[in-house]
Amino acid sequence: MAAVQWRSRGRNYEAELQRCRPEAAPVEFGDYHPLKPIMVTDTKTRRGARKGSTSSSSSSSSSAAPDPLSSMLDGTDPLSMFAAASATETPALSHSASTGDLGRKKREKETEEAVGPDFEPWSVKRGEILARFTTTEKLSINLFMGSDKGKAPSPGSSAVSEKVRTRLEELDDLEEGSQRELLNLSQQDYANRIEELNQSLKEAWASDQKVKALKIVIQCSKLLSDTSVIQFYPSKFVLITDILDTFGRLVYDRIWTMCSDPRPLSDSFTVDDVNDTAKETCLNWFFKIASIRELLPRLYVEAAILKCNRFLNKSGIQETLPRLTAMIRGIGDPLVAAYTRAYLCRVGMEVAPNLKDSLNRNFFDLLGSFRQISSESVQNQLVQQRVEVPEYLTLYSPAINWILQCIAYRAPEPLLTEMMERCKKLGNNALLLNSVMRAFRPDFVATRATDFIGMIKDCDEAGFPKHLLFGSLGRSLACADPPESERLTILNEAWKVITKVRSPRDYINCAEIWVEFTCRHFTKRENNTVMADIIKHMTPDRAFEDAYPQLQSVIRKILTYFNDFSVLFSMERFLPFLDMFQKDSVRVEVCRSIMEVFIKHQLEPTRDPVILNAMLHICKTMHDSVNALTLEDEKRSLSLLIIGFIRMVCFGRDFEQQLSFCVEARATFCNLEPVLVQLIHTVNQLAMETRRVMRENHSRKTAAFVRACAAYSFITIPSLSSIFSRLSLYLQSGQVALANQCLSQADAFLKAAVSILPDVPRSISIEGKLRSSESFLMDFINNFLATLLVIPDHPEHGVLYLVRGLLNMVQDYTWEDNSDAKVRVYVSALPLLAAMSQETYLYSIPKVDSNETLYGGDPKFLSEINKLCETLIGQVLDHLKSLGRDEHSTRRQGALAFSLFGVLLAHGDLRNNKLSQLAVNLWNLSHKHGYCDTRVSVRTLESIKQQAVQHDMSHLSDTVQRLTLQSRT
Amino acid sequence: MSVTLDIRLKRANKVYHEGETVAGVIVLACKEAMQHHGISLSMEGLVNLQLSSKSVGVFEAFYNSVKPIQLISCNIEVAKAGKIPGGKTEIPFEFPLLTKGNKVLYETYHGVFVNIQYTLRCDMKRSLLAKDLSRNCEFIVHCQPQKAKVVPTPVNFSITPDTLQNIRERSSLPKFLIKGHLDATNCVISQPLTGELVVENSDVPIKSIELQLVRVETCGCAEGYARDATEIQNIQIAEGDVCHGLPIPIYMVFPRLFTCPTLETTNFKVEFEVNVVIVLHDDHLITENFPLKLCRV
Repeated sequence: MAAVQWRSRGRNYEAELQRCRPEAAPVEFGDYHPLKPIMVTDTKTRRGARKGSTSSSSSSSSSAAPDPLSSMLDGTDPLSMFAAASATETPALSHSASTGDLGRKKREKETEEAVGPDFEPWSVKRGEILARFTTTEKLSINLFMGSDKGKAPSPGSSAVSEKVRTRLEELDDLEEGSQRELLNLSQQDYANRIEELNQSLKEAWASDQKVKALKIVIQCSKLLSDTSVIQFYPSKFVLITDILDTFGRLVYDRIWTMCSDPRPLSDSFTVDDVNDTAKETCLNWFFKIASIRELLPRLYVEAAILKCNRFLNKSGIQETLPRLTAMIRGIGDPLVAAYTRAYLCRVGMEVAPNLKDSLNRNFFDLLGSFRQISSESVQNQLVQQRVEVPEYLTLYSPAINWILQCIAYRAPEPLLTEMMERCKKLGNNALLLNSVMRAFRPDFVATRATDFIGMIKDCDEAGFPKHLLFGSLGRSLACADPPESERLTILNEAWKVITKVRSPRDYINCAEIWVEFTCRHFTKRENNTVMADIIKHMTPDRAFEDAYPQLQSVIRKILTYFNDFSVLFSMERFLPFLDMFQKDSVRVEVCRSIMEVFIKHQLEPTRDPVILNAMLHICKTMHDSVNALTLEDEKRSLSLLIIGFIRMVCFGRDFEQQLSFCVEARATFCNLEPVLVQLIHTVNQLAMETRRVMRENHSRKTAAFVRACAAYSFITIPSLSSIFSRLSLYLQSGQVALANQCLSQADAFLKAAVSILPDVPRSISIEGKLRSSESFLMDFINNFLATLLVIPDHPEHGVLYLVRGLLNMVQDYTWEDNSDAKVRVYVSALPLLAAMSQETYLYSIPKVDSNETLYGGDPKFLSEINKLCETLIGQVLDHLKSLGRDEHSTRRQGALAFSLFGVLLAHGDLRNNKLSQLAVNLWNLSHKHGYCDTRVSVRTLESIKQQAVQHDMSHLSDTVQRLTLQSRT
Repeated sequence: MSVTLDIRLKRANKVYHEGETVAGVIVLACKEAMQHHGISLSMEGLVNLQLSSKSVGVFEAFYNSVKPIQLISCNIEVAKAGKIPGGKTEIPFEFPLLTKGNKVLYETYHGVFVNIQYTLRCDMKRSLLAKDLSRNCEFIVHCQPQKAKVVPTPVNFSITPDTLQNIRERSSLPKFLIKGHLDATNCVISQPLTGELVVENSDVPIKSIELQLVRVETCGCAEGYARDATEIQNIQIAEGDVCHGLPIPIYMVFPRLFTCPTLETTNFKVEFEVNVVIVLHDDHLITENFPLKLCRV
């Protein structure tokens, strides 16, 4: 087989293209749109397998067939339907899963309906309170009966004897008067103990010890009358009311299940649906609770099971609420009373949100007993515990806020006005004022902002801290707008007070809130002043170190309102403000958020030096945070942000400055590979842009410039670690250099690409998985081959220097075992060589002479090509032979033979007998084992027949006769 | 051969009135069939009188007179000797709640020296080898509602150092003024005791204000009697130094079983009182007593 003689078929690309053009099919404009449903109605194809000559085309017409995409969007989109369904389903599922109790689920649903989602639920407040009211003082729990709270059993040591002992202890504990006092508890210990009590409550309930459960609840609520370590009281309230909630739920659910025989009660059950046993049980609970000696536990426990009144009579809740409200008057300690009211309001809102009266009643009672706060016994207590009055007053906030929130919820305007008047009557009590501002609707507060400022000013200086008042006002103003004309006065008045706050912590908490207002309504001038003020306050003693979250929030707010970066950076204080973020992680986070906003809102490319400098600074900060320990993901996202910036930089026609920017950027961002890749792309683009501007005629100056661009790419590419980015960038830059008539540069790029080919690893990691690199490499080589057609040979090297170089590399490369890749490269090199031997090339680069002009069809050159082809075919045939030796590789053999056949048919001159004999042999070989797709074979034959009709192709008809089609057997 | 015996009344709250029928079932549960020598059921109403230890000496003379007073008693045979099948057997029963002669069915009351109690008792006789089984079940009798209309008779009170009696040193007493009212001293037993109390002023802070419900039980006959007052329950209505001038509600539910309509018979009396107790921070104890008349409507 060695003596294959290659002759390339002469091609007339023009004529072929003409033949391939579809017959013009008239298309009506009105109907046709590329995005309309496409239906191929008619396809006319002619043979022609050259690159660049589209071989098929479709004429299309619109049809009434529904677009599958749009039909998805008309309302009944299954995804959103599913989401909607699951939104309602999920809470139900999780509930029934956690408790298996229908009653609870129903109850919660009901509450939601009555209260609505715009009511901020207690669960939100809960966490806030726990986080805010903390103490380092030692706490104590005083219980008259205990749960197993001796020592937390060490995990794993649940020996039986241990269990028995604790059981016995438990029994002892239940004895009357077994008082237990736990002293010296840290706050965490305290919370743990309470949680233990909660657990033992559930256990007791589960093991049917109802009396014990009640005792636990009573003892817990008794703890609420203890106001030692008063700073912790709000948190204590939260912890203990959790237990009460549990208890209330348990009792309700139990009675509910008693009625669920034979079928569960509906949500809206009436007293008549409740059976006698359930009623009796319920009544028993109420009698038991009514005989609790102490006031506070009696109140709390009755409030906890308030809902159970539904089982007894219709008006039970309605009558109980006012009575409990009145009973709270008996609590002497104002703080304890305020929190009891808060609890009652909470339960009331949950159970009967429509009963507003007792809410109001609670508030008026609260006002009525307000003077208690300054009473002697309270003062003594504060002195004893060394708590300042302002601090003491803030302890009230959660309770009063909650009560007012309940009242203000969907309340009519006049009621709110009335409430405000009442507060005013009490001498503008700051504490109340604060709560009013927090609880009432922001728009209500905002329209009266000036009034509020007046009231705040009138407040007693010694009492409630004013910055908190302004903080609350600011919070309302952040959500609702005060009248236009008053805005500046409001800001001035507020800031006058804020700037006087001494403690940096208080200051920043308040200032942060007001930044929102400033950003919303004022220009950069005011904001600049505000930032300057913040810097002034936060810099001394490095106070900013403790205030990063607030400062970050300030930046976030400013970014939300100032999207125009030229305005943003023209605020003189913005960058100095950023300088306050000195902790690396925070700094990067801030920069990142700025970049995100930049990418989102900077739509026009910019050359504004202010923006560029600032952004470069910010990007550099991000880049500099990358170190050896940075995660891949982190690097990737940082790179994306920086790339986003680079893409937005454009100096217009000032190409040189753009290049020097890229030089600077390369130096700055050298650690982030994706950024470097982007920079190379940018420079390549720059070169092409220059070419476009010069209309392909480079002047001396622009020629030097594009060479500089090429040089930039050439020295940047080697610093990339990813071999495939290097390869593709070499190729691309080579193409760009060629397009710009920089022949030696293009040569260098391509040579460099060829020279690193052996370094391509056999497998690369993609998205964390190891994949074979073969397909990527094949892609690259095919691409590379296509480029080689237009590369003129270097005068100092031999003919087809690059092609040979590439093929040599391919030969030496260690391909995967059992792979035909090498041979497939050889097969795909044949069309290139065939194309090179044409008189006029299929494509060329303007202003660049390709080999066609250099050699002008010199026979020596052609024979050189033919020799090369023969060698390649020889290699392929050898390989086919070796494949034939193995049973398992016959399928591969067939496919390979067929592809070589295709190449011969398209590019070989089959008038040559030997070649046509070879083609026939290959055809037979590919069909030998029956792996060939019959349809493809049939179509191939048809196409050959069609070609044979043309005048210079008549020889093909002979060949066709020799190609036999195997029938499937 | 375990068997359980239980009495279940039809009414969940077990409350019956005179003239009504006490109905229910005896529930027998055993694994396999079982022999027995007869099951009987009896109903009994008793007043138990007891003398307090401090008066025992004086009244030894008429010791006999404190033997229990029977109010009602009857007995029926539920089943003759025989066999009950395995599983759960329910035998229904009914007792008319009727007295003989001019005896009155007093309301159920659990006190210290006077106890009025109604019970059902079921006995199952068995062979010599097995123990006899018995089961008690208390049911509650409410007396017939009072025909006459209850006049609430509210009472106002005002407590100052001057209104107090039984003081050792009047001079050491701090100044205070506590006003208030009870909505009724003629109370309906099923409704709470209500009223209001205002601390107008007090030199010494108040520690606690409580309502003490007291039973006054008298046992005796013509020869003499013993009268004892004991606490039923103590309900705190104010804790700590309450706000002056703000009315604090007085509210107390009368506990079931431990209270009954005020009762006066030839042999014993059951009366109730409420004390408003004010504890000052220096542990001064100020008590104001109000006799109550309870009734059922």
